[in-house]
Amino acid sequence: MTIFRDIGQYLLMLSGMISRPENAKMYWKEFIHQCSEIGVGSLGIVVIISIFMGAVSTVQTAYQLVSPLIPLSVIAQVVRDTVILEFAPTLVCIVLAGVVGSKIASELGNMRVSEQIDALEIMGINSKTYLVLPKIVAALVVIPMLVIIAGVLGIWGGRFAGVMTGIVPPAIFDQGLLDAFEPFKVIFALYKAYTFAFIISSISAYFGYYVKGGALEIGRASTKAVVISCILILFADYLLAALLL
Amino acid sequence: MIEVKNIKKSFGDKVVIEDVSAVMKAGQCNLIIGTSGSGKTVLMKCMVGLFEPDEGEILYNGENFINMNRNEKTEIRKQIGMLFQGSALFDSLTVQENVMFPLNMFTTWPTKKKIERINEVLDRVNLKDTNKKFPAELSGGMKKRVGIARAIVLNPKYLFCDEPNSGLDPQTSLVIDRLIKEITLEYNITTVVNTHDMNSVMEVGSYVLYMYHGKKEWEGTNKQIIFSKNQRLNEFIFASEFLKDAKEMRMLEETGKMPNDRNIDDMIK
Repeated sequence: MTIFRDIGQYLLMLSGMISRPENAKMYWKEFIHQCSEIGVGSLGIVVIISIFMGAVSTVQTAYQLVSPLIPLSVIAQVVRDTVILEFAPTLVCIVLAGVVGSKIASELGNMRVSEQIDALEIMGINSKTYLVLPKIVAALVVIPMLVIIAGVLGIWGGRFAGVMTGIVPPAIFDQGLLDAFEPFKVIFALYKAYTFAFIISSISAYFGYYVKGGALEIGRASTKAVVISCILILFADYLLAALLL
Repeated sequence: MIEVKNIKKSFGDKVVIEDVSAVMKAGQCNLIIGTSGSGKTVLMKCMVGLFEPDEGEILYNGENFINMNRNEKTEIRKQIGMLFQGSALFDSLTVQENVMFPLNMFTTWPTKKKIERINEVLDRVNLKDTNKKFPAELSGGMKKRVGIARAIVLNPKYLFCDEPNSGLDPQTSLVIDRLIKEITLEYNITTVVNTHDMNSVMEVGSYVLYMYHGKKEWEGTNKQIIFSKNQRLNEFIFASEFLKDAKEMRMLEETGKMPNDRNIDDMIK
């Protein structure tokens, strides 16, 4: 029965955060702050994993495509599609669930335990609107940007690894990137990015906002937020692929 | 003035508050006292709307807070300041930003005017040159004073203090108690203090509500406590031999005779 209570409470949180801001300027400031926290705070790890995942996919694709009948440009096509369709949105968002999700859950959990959320409510501020909404909106704005950066860097990393190891000459790799390119794949990657961004931010905010207890419970909520977000990301990944591809 | 009428609150099957009524007047410190688990924090949270009572009414100047819609409640809450047990300061903000927060949210004042107001309230709580410090850099007593400054910055009509002395030494507790009392009188605020600190009761308790197992056990003034015959109240307030002696000394001062036919020489020994 706990799962139904959680779903109900989660939906109530989402509906409760839709209200008129007490002061639009303060909310804008909070939104910009969250964009910086989520975007700039995660940029480093996104850059590192993107370059390496692109490089690894080039090397592994080349390792498996040993037939002389398959042109080398196919390696670039495989790397491009793998990075755009799966690695950039899904892998990056799973990493972001850990980086951003745990941060959101622990920040809100700490605010709950130390009565800072109660203090906001007493002041007459809708704490859901002030604390949760800017995080979700910021995630919806910033995470797709991170996914685009991850896609570009992933492909660049693949090209770099291909050229440096002598697997694919740069001109052939570039030709392969353009061969049979379907722009819908980028749109599909963005659908995934928006869906995953909403999952990461809202699920983590839910677990943080409703923490009860002390430091131990904040840790537990943070872990739970990451685990549930990852599971839902993978589930949504399958669902979107089945529905849209 | 705040009136609490027949409040009942339960969590699941457990009744935490039952049939509690009280009248808390403006310009005086109204204390809710009781042992841990007696329901005083729940009562205070019902009064400020953090919990919704199962039954009863909470009237702010005659208007029932419980029946109000969210916007009406927000308007009342703008008139409420609250000092939390752990101060509840925003960790990521400096003292100045913490105190400025309600001003930023609810006023359109220019920054200069806001800074003047912040300096005024920080000065009022005897905190100077702390504007740029973060809560982590402050002592417990200083955090409480910043909490009070934030609570009074919008000139509230109602001030709620949840265990303002918890974790503080007796001297600092006295400073906080006197500060709350002075502010209450100065701004004619209806102040509600939730405490189990006996010094606070005797120092600032113009009206005292004693709760026992979720029910109102006794009410009166701090002076009436001395002469109260309520056994539970006496056991709670004058728990130690030292406090019992102090009570009897106070009775001696007030009436000129010793209670229970005790000899003053025995007490001095």
